[in-house]
Amino acid sequence: MSHLSQFQTFLLLSILKIAVVLVITLTAVAYTVLLERKVLGRMQNRWGPSRTGPFGLLQPLADGIKLFLKEDLLPLAAERPLFIIAPIIALACSLISISVVPFGAVQHVKGVDMFAVADLNIGLLVILGITSIGVYGIALSGWSSNNKFALLGSLRATSQMISYELALGLSLVGVVLRAQSLRLRDIVDSQAAHGALSWNVFGGFQFVAFFFYLMAAYAETNRSPFDLPEAESELVAGYHTEYSSMKFAMFFMAEYANMITVACVATLLFFGGPASPFGHLIPAFGGAIVQAVLPVLWFVAKVLAFLLLYIWVRGTLPRFRYDQLMSFGWKFLLPLAMLNIIVTSLVMALRG
Amino acid sequence: MQLALFLIFGALAVAGAINLLLQRHPINSALSLVVVMMSLAVLYWSLGAEFLAAAQVIVYSGAIMVLFVFVIMLLNAGEEERTTGSRIAYIAGFPGAAAIFCLLSFVFLSERKAMGGTDLGGYLSHSVNNIAEISRLLFRDLLLPFEVTSILILVAILGAVVLARKEQ
Repeated sequence: MSHLSQFQTFLLLSILKIAVVLVITLTAVAYTVLLERKVLGRMQNRWGPSRTGPFGLLQPLADGIKLFLKEDLLPLAAERPLFIIAPIIALACSLISISVVPFGAVQHVKGVDMFAVADLNIGLLVILGITSIGVYGIALSGWSSNNKFALLGSLRATSQMISYELALGLSLVGVVLRAQSLRLRDIVDSQAAHGALSWNVFGGFQFVAFFFYLMAAYAETNRSPFDLPEAESELVAGYHTEYSSMKFAMFFMAEYANMITVACVATLLFFGGPASPFGHLIPAFGGAIVQAVLPVLWFVAKVLAFLLLYIWVRGTLPRFRYDQLMSFGWKFLLPLAMLNIIVTSLVMALRG
Repeated sequence: MQLALFLIFGALAVAGAINLLLQRHPINSALSLVVVMMSLAVLYWSLGAEFLAAAQVIVYSGAIMVLFVFVIMLLNAGEEERTTGSRIAYIAGFPGAAAIFCLLSFVFLSERKAMGGTDLGGYLSHSVNNIAEISRLLFRDLLLPFEVTSILILVAILGAVVLARKEQ
């Protein structure tokens, strides 16, 4: 590739990175659905999908084909352009935020960082901003369906997401204070000194913030125990009642992609990202390639652990009531997250 | 590259603003305003103000405009009626707008030396972290005005709560 200019190399490698990350994310989304069905099945003493392929491994493929081939219904009274744009907004926003996540150690090939699509110095703010734009997809889908259940579901989802966005943002401030940067790589580096002992959740004494983040993130992704927008006993299916075929699949994929993003952010901010929990205890083994791939494996393992936690929580906890949800967010999470900021900054000021 | 970014998002902002005026349904107008704000955020970013860009997206398009859309959805506002508009608006409005445009561009062009220029998108290539600079300015040099502004906003919120509370 010596005859290519700097810009051309950058462009080609960036397109390659985007394609690889997109394919892996979408596959991960499909198999997270399968994982959830299998694990939930085991928790409820049944098998889960087991007929399609060995251990039901081809089930996501079969589901995908089914959703593609189904008839795409469009309600007569729906607001046409918005009804079609809404799932696109939801899916696009949930996929864009993956692009700022660094999923491996810094590894430059021809001056391009290979293990992150984009390394921005406001990476954390970009993730928060894109999450706040994702609200539009849900709000518009409910309104444009012209269906009262869809509207109620989308109103619930929107108010819930706006309320918990505050607690989510505030719970991350302690981590930013410790790293003194909003760049995700800097935040990872600030936890890299002594393996697991220096992770923000243990050595950084941010475990309170971690639990606040976890609760706010579950509400932000509309997952149980905060899945009121899709409470099927009250609202049919919530905001995507009127959607069928691929448009429904897009909402479905957006929800699971959001889960993966939230798991990635929790890993990066509180669990040292791609860093090994053993730090420098284990001597470097293998060649350069093994050392480059090993952090990615740690990252994937941590994200997988968070996804399993999601499923475990869904299998365990009952749903909140709506007023409980609001008072929990505004009267419990928000003040305590602020208190965490004050205590963290006081401790940092006294030490430094 | 940077010039292309500026042209694309500048055009998008102008198109969104015109669409905002032309659309008859309030929710479409609100969504065009979101497009305008997002394009402005990209322009801020290309000028090196990445914190301003993120704040623009999070605060304006993520919070304030969601509230707008929420209100429109709840009030179930219908399509607005087309009127021909008042004659004064035609007689005074168009020449006035043109005069203000000419005046502003004359001032900007004639005082170009005094105001100084900026390299379009030149800040994208080398990453300057201006968040530390902004926070130093806000929390050290201009601490008092900043805190007074926060209290002003708090007073406004309290006023809204008092106005919205039901009489006992």
